[in-house]
This record gives sequence, structure tokens and C-alpha cells, in this order.
Amino acid sequence: MKLGIQINEGPYTHEASITALNYCKAALEAGHEIFRVFFYHDGVNNGTRYTTPPQDDRNIVNSWSALAKEHNIDLVVCVAAAQRRGIVDEGEQQRNGKDGNNIAEGFRISGLGQLIEAGIQSERLIVFGD
Amino acid sequence: MSETKKFMYVNRKAPYGTIYAWESLEVVLIGAAFEQDVSLAFIDDGVYQIVKGQNTTELGIKNFSPTYSALGDYDINKIYVEKESLEARGLTVDDLLHLTWEDENEDWAEKDSIKVVSSSELKTLLDDSDVLLNF
Repeated sequence: MKLGIQINEGPYTHEASITALNYCKAALEAGHEIFRVFFYHDGVNNGTRYTTPPQDDRNIVNSWSALAKEHNIDLVVCVAAAQRRGIVDEGEQQRNGKDGNNIAEGFRISGLGQLIEAGIQSERLIVFGD
Repeated sequence: MSETKKFMYVNRKAPYGTIYAWESLEVVLIGAAFEQDVSLAFIDDGVYQIVKGQNTTELGIKNFSPTYSALGDYDINKIYVEKESLEARGLTVDDLLHLTWEDENEDWAEKDSIKVVSSSELKTLLDDSDVLLNF
């Protein structure tokens, strides 16, 4: 089955992201396809490579990057939500005159249309968050 | 993407205090361009999102409730409000924004967009949806 995933919470305050990560792994193992993972609301905070948890904690951002690399998964961070919360790629850095960027490997910033498209193209859209 | 699906946006949270309601409305407005079959449901504290007479001056956040009145212009005219959620909060449909749309098949007659439904009617509507977006 072709699945779309939406994540609405940040990586550390809330369990939504790690649950979604485990869900994606299980779905892939069972032979399903992940059409796209879309990060919205504080979920965009899953996409900063500056995340540095203590050594005895999980690095959820790196886990997403690794999963994306291994399975060629499209990780999309909502641009409007990202701008509010300081998640920046090279294009956004130039467009908004910022002094750096922080997007993590395997993530890209794009519009809300990508979420709607995931709803249209996937057989199920699964939403993780409150 | 010629396929048309039934999108149902379920709004469950108060308009202020968290950003979910505002960012949900942003999805609805962007999604309107995709020519899908769109419905909105307001349940629990989400019914406060469309209460009329909102004033956010002292909160220091934009009062985005006037934007709901524009939904009719985006061909979004199926707005369901759960009866039980209104009653539990001492609200009636008269406390809500008067949301309307113009029916081009009836010489642009102005019609109400809001329909108050029971929780069991809403369950059927949710069951019939293809894509459920919960905010």
C-alpha cells in the first residue's frame, strides 16, 4: 500500500515523530511504500541538523536522515511552518537574507501543496500528533 | 492529478493558545487550489474557532477568524459543526460566524455553509471521507 505520513510535533517534546519513524520502518519491512513524509507545525523541528541530544539519547533527526537515505524517502518540511520556526535551507537562506542554514540531510523545504498531493496520491494518509 | 478525493479537515482545538487552528486554516486555503471535494468539521474546543465577535487585541496575535468568511469564495461550503460540542459549551449556531456561499446553479443565491450535525451524523461523514486531516 502507498502511504503518506504527516508529522505535527517536534522530535523531543512529543512521541509523535519517533512513533512515526518506527511506523515507517515497520511499513517498509512489510513491503509498503512511503510516498512522502510531510512535517508540519512544530514537526518542522525534525529537520534541523543542529539537533544535538545528549549521547545517551536518541538522535531522531539523524534517524530520519538515515531512513530517507536507505529507502529513498521524500522528507518534506512545510515552508510556511519552517519560516516561523527558523528551519532554513540554502534557498530560504538566500531568499530571506539569513546568515546560515540548518536543514538536515535528506530533508527538503516545500509548500503545503505537497501535503495535499500526498493525500491525493497515497492510499492512506496517516497523521501523527496531538 | 485529475483524481478527486473527499478531504475532511477536522478542527478540534481552540483558536488561540496553540497554533494548530491557524495553521490548519492555511492548509485548507492552499488545498482549495487542488479542486478536491473539501469538508470541514468543528468539534470539541474547535467550535470556538468559528465563534463570532472574536477580539485578540490583548493576546497580541492576529484575529484570523474573518478568514473563515472567505471559504465560500474558495468553493468550500460544507462546514459541519458537532451539536454535542456546541451544547457542552453553552453555544448555539447563533453564536457562530454567518458563513455563506453563492450557488452559481441558482443565480448565485446566498446559502448557509454551516450545518449543525449530531455526533453520529458526523461519524458517517468521517467514515465517508478519503483523507482525514486532524488539527
